[in-house]
Amino acid sequence: MNVPDNLKYAESHEWILVEGDTGTVGITDHAQNELTDIVYVDPPKIGAAVTAGQPAAVVESVKAASDIYSPVDGEVIEVNESLSSEPALVNTSPYENGWLYKIRLSNPSQLDALKSPDDYRAQIG
Amino acid sequence: MTFEPRRTVLYDLQKAAGARCINFGGWDMPVQFTSIIDEHRAVRTSCGVFDISHMGEVFVSGPRAFDWLQHLLANDLAKCPVGGGQYTFLLNERGGVIDDLIIYRMAEDNFLLLVNAAKIDEDVAWLQKHATDGVTIDNRSDKMSALAVQGPEAARIFREVFQCEMPARNTFIAMEKCRGAIIAAGTGYTGENGFELFFANSLAGDIWAAVLKAGAKPCGLGARDTLRLEMCYPLNGSDLSPDRTPLEAGLGMFVALDKANFLGRDALLAQKAAGLPAKLVALRMTEKSPPPRAHYPVLIDGQPVGETTSGALSPSLAEGIALAYLPPGLTKPGQVVEIDIRGRPFTAVVEKKPFYRPSSTRTA
Repeated sequence: MNVPDNLKYAESHEWILVEGDTGTVGITDHAQNELTDIVYVDPPKIGAAVTAGQPAAVVESVKAASDIYSPVDGEVIEVNESLSSEPALVNTSPYENGWLYKIRLSNPSQLDALKSPDDYRAQIG
Repeated sequence: MTFEPRRTVLYDLQKAAGARCINFGGWDMPVQFTSIIDEHRAVRTSCGVFDISHMGEVFVSGPRAFDWLQHLLANDLAKCPVGGGQYTFLLNERGGVIDDLIIYRMAEDNFLLLVNAAKIDEDVAWLQKHATDGVTIDNRSDKMSALAVQGPEAARIFREVFQCEMPARNTFIAMEKCRGAIIAAGTGYTGENGFELFFANSLAGDIWAAVLKAGAKPCGLGARDTLRLEMCYPLNGSDLSPDRTPLEAGLGMFVALDKANFLGRDALLAQKAAGLPAKLVALRMTEKSPPPRAHYPVLIDGQPVGETTSGALSPSLAEGIALAYLPPGLTKPGQVVEIDIRGRPFTAVVEKKPFYRPSSTRTA
């Protein structure tokens, strides 16, 4: 499974890309492979406050609806509009075109509690 | 209480074929191999094979078997000739569904009941509770395995594997093939042409391999569920329950109210006379929405009027579909309702059943 080196990871299989005070959030290759057949993405609302470890979005595969937990606190500033017509981008491009939402980080020190690529690789075996 | 999920004899072979398993009715069963959507499409366009060994095989025989079953089952067994299969129900005294099953008439006085995995113990206990002289109940569920091979290519696969013609819909043949006795029935749960095979556990590996070699794609319970839902075939435990009658489920054509007394008949007649309190309807989402799933509230003018019992994104139609019990007056095709998905209402409409008509189905 692909685990890019430039990202931080949550134990619940989300990734975050940090650029300045902005974070882009998605689910990992491992997570999309487990879910398979993603058919609907319910993104957070722009302007919503998301909290580390709390549900921020829902990704639905054919078989189940899965909560997506925010890796860190922040305010949602953008959601990936293309997922509304092409939810399968989360399967085909989990780290690029299949990103879920962007936040303005409100508590960047929380990033230290996330997993490094090596730690996440160890987690998923 | 803890218990280990049970495994069919094909478990290891299916894991080797890439199965991802879930607990279903106490069984560790493949939910999918590659993708539910791919497997669903394989059944609609070519052929898929499902391990249904978790289902129960209960044989009932003896000089009084016919009369006894005629009293315990809701459909008219007199209309099921030797070599035929019939969809029917075990009902409680209130007319509620204990189980829905297919009964195969092996001989005048010998029957095979194919029952739901999660209901084997309950069904057998119910049968034994009503046991009488002249009837033998033989639960062979642990000794037998079963495969369902479904799709437009099923007839070709049957010929290739068994060198004879696939049995017609709702009939079966008993064969000596693959060094053992096999019951092959023209039945299924997908709406496509196809067959189901019942045989001793020792034959499972060979038959599984032969069917795969002939071109059937391994499929899991995920696709089995979306396929049956497109056909509006009910799933016991979801769409059927001891508190709902087959009349409410819209399955009155499988209930012979005109035959002599059977268990639950009085309750059904009373319900019919009083008017059905609810009816199981097919709902199709008419706006873009998350996939509907079981236990979502159904609303009219924001007020709950029922809840979904099953739901999915239909891979064939690319639309959300669901079943729900709705009260009288709201069950006609064209009725507009809303389904509450995580607190947001989405518009749906009552559809005529089924949602999908397979191209391969011959006129029955």
